[in-house]
Amino acid sequence: MTTAIGSEATAEEDEVEAGSLAAWIARFGGKTLVYALLILWTVIALFPIYWTLSTSMKLGRDVTQGHLIPWVDFSPAWKGWQSLGLSPDTIFATSNVREEFLKKFVNSVICSFGAAAVAVVLGSLAAYGLSRFEYKFGPWRNRDILFFFISQLILPPVVLALPFLVLYKALALLDTRVGLILVYTLMVLPIVIWVMRDQFDTIPQEMEQAALVDGCSIWGAFVRIVLPMAAPGMVAAFILSLVLCWNEYFFASLLTGFDAQTLPVMVASQTGSQGINWWTIAALATAAITPLLLIGIFLERYIVMGLTAGAGK
Amino acid sequence: MIAVAALQILDGLGLVPIAFVNWRPTLYAFLLWSVALGVGQVLQYGEVGKQRLFVLPALLFTAAMVIFPTLFGLNIAFTDWNLNAQSGHHFNGLDNLRTLWGDAYFWNALGNMAFYVATVLVQYAIAFGLAMLLNADIRGRKFFRVAFLLPFMLSPVAVSWMIGKSLMENRFGPLANFARWLGWENPAFFTDPWIARTTIIAMDAWVWIPFMVILLLAGLQALPTDIKEAAKVDGASSWQAFWEITFPLMLPVSLTAIVLRTIFELKLADIVINVTAGGPGGATDTVSSFVFREYRDRSNVGYATMVAEVYLIIIVVFITLLLRATSRYMQKMT
Repeated sequence: MTTAIGSEATAEEDEVEAGSLAAWIARFGGKTLVYALLILWTVIALFPIYWTLSTSMKLGRDVTQGHLIPWVDFSPAWKGWQSLGLSPDTIFATSNVREEFLKKFVNSVICSFGAAAVAVVLGSLAAYGLSRFEYKFGPWRNRDILFFFISQLILPPVVLALPFLVLYKALALLDTRVGLILVYTLMVLPIVIWVMRDQFDTIPQEMEQAALVDGCSIWGAFVRIVLPMAAPGMVAAFILSLVLCWNEYFFASLLTGFDAQTLPVMVASQTGSQGINWWTIAALATAAITPLLLIGIFLERYIVMGLTAGAGK
Repeated sequence: MIAVAALQILDGLGLVPIAFVNWRPTLYAFLLWSVALGVGQVLQYGEVGKQRLFVLPALLFTAAMVIFPTLFGLNIAFTDWNLNAQSGHHFNGLDNLRTLWGDAYFWNALGNMAFYVATVLVQYAIAFGLAMLLNADIRGRKFFRVAFLLPFMLSPVAVSWMIGKSLMENRFGPLANFARWLGWENPAFFTDPWIARTTIIAMDAWVWIPFMVILLLAGLQALPTDIKEAAKVDGASSWQAFWEITFPLMLPVSLTAIVLRTIFELKLADIVINVTAGGPGGATDTVSSFVFREYRDRSNVGYATMVAEVYLIIIVVFITLLLRATSRYMQKMT
């Protein structure tokens, strides 16, 4: 599966059967329709993002009058960013809002990176084991173990949330980043295992066997030979986990209070209140989604790779 | 193994007396026990033990994080635990189940879930169309692919505000203006139950359609091209070729996409919580958001947990049936 993604799709340029005018019109019309639909969906996909970005630079009357195009309809200002303390003229001034925002931002970064890292380590190990060895834990075989892992995907967060709340209180993990990292690791582990098993299955076993013959231990062969070859899969799994953890709201809102709060919770609490300025929320939302937009634009290949691993099996 | 067992008992005995401040020592004890278990495996089984070491950490982690809370949750589910009540919690037998049976809001939320899940087929149809477009012979495929992917990257909370609260804002949201231009007098997206439900699912679909597009596009790109060309030579129209060749060949990928999407759809909560909070009158409620509010607004931990556990059972049964149905369908088709 993974091999098909990198290569650009099968361009069927050899079917240029330009002959009759009717065929040409049908072909040209079809092309136009295809592009029209593509552009239509692009607008649907990008307009909300554009709207948020532009609103963060609007004044109140520009919002209420529905102005859309910068420099034509309205003149961009740093209004929203000012109230966050992130605009050019306020960046060096002290700002409580910025402090708070940065704190949540750091929390989000630590939690998502931490959970993605832990999940990739645990998941890669497990996936490698399941891909290479025959296990027998009582009546459980490889298939059962794999199914156990993957089936965690079905578990809705709502089932675990309240028990976790109570348990975390007892364990003094409530409102800590460690607690959140543990939950997020659990959340993305099935996906990591899925992606990584697919990756390990594509790596030929001969290399490791040669290493084993040369006197490497199982773990030595794994670390020195298999891991470097599995790096693309690990990157894909890591980035996919990162995105999912960054966006997570349900656990974050239940299990954190003040210290470990993440960005989505902050955005949600801001949007809940009615009186707050649009440009402030817009700036906040923009700040929250920008890292992901960058990941989406520059690391699209890995996201696609992670999502399509094992599809169609 | 004996050494491990001894260690384990020692841990238990040694740590219980100091566990008064909080229960965190039990966590450390579990970690220590896990390490001891791993070492024990290697000592006892040698090579096989080393192999087991690969899968043990993840297994222990998942088991600790899932099984224990689930059992604990079952324990809570049969109590009248309310965090606001001073009296603590008591076992109350089947009371919660009885309340659940008579709770119109729960059944309503479950009905909404049925609607939301049913729309997965519509989302699939749209996603399939988009994947076909992306797979066509076009320029700038890379650009369109990235553009199509971006909604999937956004946090549902941000989407709630971006679309639900600002684009659809009744007075001056661009989408509301657009609807007005189309002739809808008073574009209120969240007052009529059916419109609200559809709007919520449209937002969720906006986020998740890229996911299905990516899966289906990968499937389309993996299709062997010579089969299609053979069909062309046979003189099949493109419409026929699609239904007789592309669609059947895409069936496995399609079913994977639909099942995965259904699983994620069943978790839908963020957007509902943040846009409508279940309103109007519970019309957009999902089970997850219902449980969330039951805890947030009423601190009703016992009952909320019972709802969640019942929901889990319903989901597991539903997914099992779905998987069985899809595999049977696959067998029939091939």
